[in-house]
Amino acid sequence: MAETTTGSADTIEALTLVPKAEARQSMKDFKSDQEVRWCPGCGDYAVLAAVQGFMPELGLAKENIVFVSGIGCSSRFPYYMNTYGMHSIHGRAPAIATGLASSRRDLSVWVVTGDGDALSIGGNHLIHALRRNVNLKILLFNNRIYGLTKGQYSPTSEVGKITKSTPMGSLDAPFNPVSLAIGAEASFVARTVDSDRKHLTDVLRQAAAHPGTALVEIYQNCNIFNDGAFEVLKDKQQAEEAVIRLEHGQQIRFGADRAKGVVRDQLTGDLKVVTVTPENEAQILVHDAHSASPTTAFALSRLADPDTLHHTPIGVLRSVERPVYDTQMADQLDTAIEQNGKGDLASLLAGGDTWTVVG
Amino acid sequence: MTSQVSSPAEQADEAVVGEQRKPAGAKETRRLNRVIIRFAGDSGDGMQLTGDRFTSETASFGNDLSTLPNFPAEIRAPAGTLPGVSSFQLHFADHDILTPGDAPNVLVAMNPAALKANIGDVPRGAEIIVNTDEFTKRAMAKVGYAASPLEDGSLDGYAVHPVPLTTMTVEALKEFELSRKEAERSKNMFALGLLSWMYHRPTEGTEKFLKSKFAKKPEIAAANIAAFRAGWNFGETTEDFAVSYEVAPAAKTFPTGTYRNISGNLALSYGLIAASKQADLPLYLGSYPITPASDILHELSKHKNFGVRTFQAEDEIAGIGAALGAAFGGSLAVTTTSGPGVALKSETIGLAVSLELPLLVIDIQRGGPSTGLPTKTEQADLLQAMYGRNGEAPVPVVAPCTPADCFDAALEAARIALTYRTPVLLLSDGYLANGSEPWRIPEVDGLPDLRVQFAQGPNHTLDDGTEVFWPYKRDPGTLARPWAIPGTPGLEHRIGGIEKQDGTGNISYDPANHDFMVRTRQAKIDGIDVPDIEVDDPSGEANTLVLGWGSTYGPITAAVRRLRAAGENIAQAHLRHLNPFPRNLGAVLGRYEKVVIPEMNLGQLATLVRAKYLVDAHSYNQVNGMPFKAEQLATALKEAIDG
Repeated sequence: MAETTTGSADTIEALTLVPKAEARQSMKDFKSDQEVRWCPGCGDYAVLAAVQGFMPELGLAKENIVFVSGIGCSSRFPYYMNTYGMHSIHGRAPAIATGLASSRRDLSVWVVTGDGDALSIGGNHLIHALRRNVNLKILLFNNRIYGLTKGQYSPTSEVGKITKSTPMGSLDAPFNPVSLAIGAEASFVARTVDSDRKHLTDVLRQAAAHPGTALVEIYQNCNIFNDGAFEVLKDKQQAEEAVIRLEHGQQIRFGADRAKGVVRDQLTGDLKVVTVTPENEAQILVHDAHSASPTTAFALSRLADPDTLHHTPIGVLRSVERPVYDTQMADQLDTAIEQNGKGDLASLLAGGDTWTVVG
Repeated sequence: MTSQVSSPAEQADEAVVGEQRKPAGAKETRRLNRVIIRFAGDSGDGMQLTGDRFTSETASFGNDLSTLPNFPAEIRAPAGTLPGVSSFQLHFADHDILTPGDAPNVLVAMNPAALKANIGDVPRGAEIIVNTDEFTKRAMAKVGYAASPLEDGSLDGYAVHPVPLTTMTVEALKEFELSRKEAERSKNMFALGLLSWMYHRPTEGTEKFLKSKFAKKPEIAAANIAAFRAGWNFGETTEDFAVSYEVAPAAKTFPTGTYRNISGNLALSYGLIAASKQADLPLYLGSYPITPASDILHELSKHKNFGVRTFQAEDEIAGIGAALGAAFGGSLAVTTTSGPGVALKSETIGLAVSLELPLLVIDIQRGGPSTGLPTKTEQADLLQAMYGRNGEAPVPVVAPCTPADCFDAALEAARIALTYRTPVLLLSDGYLANGSEPWRIPEVDGLPDLRVQFAQGPNHTLDDGTEVFWPYKRDPGTLARPWAIPGTPGLEHRIGGIEKQDGTGNISYDPANHDFMVRTRQAKIDGIDVPDIEVDDPSGEANTLVLGWGSTYGPITAAVRRLRAAGENIAQAHLRHLNPFPRNLGAVLGRYEKVVIPEMNLGQLATLVRAKYLVDAHSYNQVNGMPFKAEQLATALKEAIDG
């Protein structure tokens, strides 16, 4: 597993089959000629800029990059990237991208989706893409609201949320997308925030380098229908106590002067937040994103309070290597040719019991 | 037995297996033109395998044939019950035949349920072979026989052959180290052996088949071969079967060539592989298991050495979604399903219409609505195929007419999809899928050239002289848009389900543009080049035209032959292209006073024809999960002629 923070496509395992750009690229190369039509102030702008800014770093031939999206505000994303793109139908982008990625290993395929698109109408495709481990990078823009349909609660909205469709408060318990992804056998799961360009870019970098499906949840502000949903994670003072920044190989500490830490409760095995003292300092967990077992990553994902977002871990929660679907699919084709020779149509058609009629 | 069984190993010996067995000639042999046999038993009795083997023997003998497997949706319905009965009907002849036959000449009933469920279809005078071992009081009571039908006179008029099939099978296998239950399982091979003797079928193919099927269990292979031979020898020696029958090969029927027997789903699978080869594009199948389409997924997954990728998706929607993604990437993309699956795929078919990408949607129709009759046939998805999407979303529709024709229909559907950059619906059905017939194996060199040209560079010059790529700039002849696949430098573009501006493909909400795009998409489909429909009207004096589509071809043609043989004039035409219709269809319909349209639905083609051509077409319908019977159709057509 690449520890990866830097590197071009030449050294990134997930992208070895993707042709490289001949010339040095800039952010401008990835901007399409289409006018961006999100609401002024939308968090999507920041993510778009971060992705466009990050792409040149990969150094891939841009004709070999494809963005596939579903339906929703974020799903307009492909129109603004000067790559190949498909704006498909609601919830189905992971399925469509699976067909593309598994038939074309020379492509870098990205899925852009939202909390409604990925977790409600498209929930089935998301979990199956994750378990299959197709070489896809899924960017899940989570704003905890339906934006394009003008403000109904979403599958990540907090219980009791008052929206147009829930005047007395929503009754649904929300999904935690990171927990869901880990439960769905995802090999790479990360979370980041739209406004933190540096963190976002670093997570994208690690996702791009991951062989297999990478799920990146991006907390994204909808300033029209759910403004300030993640303010506690963005406001400098509040964020100190609310955000747990995960770094592989580092102790999980946060807060002012990194005074808080995460330890394992010896009785229950669960994780809990403690104030770090000289006595307990050695017990503070060291984050291991590459742990084969998903148990601790899952426990970390449960630290966040779904209502207040206190103790929200961000960064790469899980990054493990496991067989990649499209690689194995291609290997089976190669094996079949090795075993049976390249298919010959005439002998296929004439197989089985035959008889000849002579004139 | 001609050779005493000394050991199972000897039974399986290569020198013994595969030897052709011939009747000694002590008994009378009668010649027949054609025979219809129905094997019926419990769904666990192996009736489909028995039928398949008899079919293979018959095919290799050179008869023309047509088959009708008929089985319950349950994998193992409760043993001995009417819903658990599985049957296989085979019609074979010394001349060309078109249907699996209306009524069996021979019924093999492995238990009381099989007898009760099938006797209604069997005319008096027919032969009935019953496994008497299963006619116990309890088994008969289970299906409502108060007294034994073998003794109460209810089978008077039939030639009943009571055979203790189970006992004799067990007896024949006593030297094998098998439990009674294991030995009993071979009783279908005993029955097959008996019927093979009765109709002078070649036997070596079945013996070889059993040896290879049970290659890992030589003991079981040997036991089945022994049971098969015991059944054959029983026919040869018992006095109960005084006559055997010969049905000569249909040599004059078949043009010169090499033949094999093929089912619709196998022919369709081969057609898809052939299309991929002829188009020089990798085949990608995205599919979700569903009866009666799953066999295509199974078959294609066996041919990875042809570069075929098969993806078993999490649901029907993902199946077509993955196929559409592969189409975007330049594969010949296919999704296979049945009616309920088409319903789920509708939105993605609409997206494919909007994206204008080639995509084959194969619908093996079954009884509906909803789950309906999963293992039975119907052609009630025509209007779904035509109109089952939101918005104006025209899709070409192609339908094969016989099992072997599924091969050509797949190539034709691929031609349309690739030439016009559109999803195409191919409507097969359960009857074609599982039924089989002899197929003249085509020369690969004679298959159509389906190669396509991907877009390679700019296709438009702006006013300022800049060369650009416009993904929705169309070929003026076909109205197809360019197929620019990812990986092509300089042609980066975005497509989607939102309405697009003509030419540029950019999002457009302009009213006039939408009106133009809707009409253009329709014009593209309307303009597809399809061959004229041919009319079979030998006398030239017919006033009535019978028009069909899809799998009714066999029964309709058989009915038309009957009528003509009886001196009636009737014209026949059969549609392969349901959308667009052949250009000459209106003129053809106008030439006849009466138009009759038999369909296994409540008149869906009739609705389309009446709406488009203002023809007072008469609809004749049957929706019972079974194909039409020729005699019944002949009667209905006669009434139409006279009416």
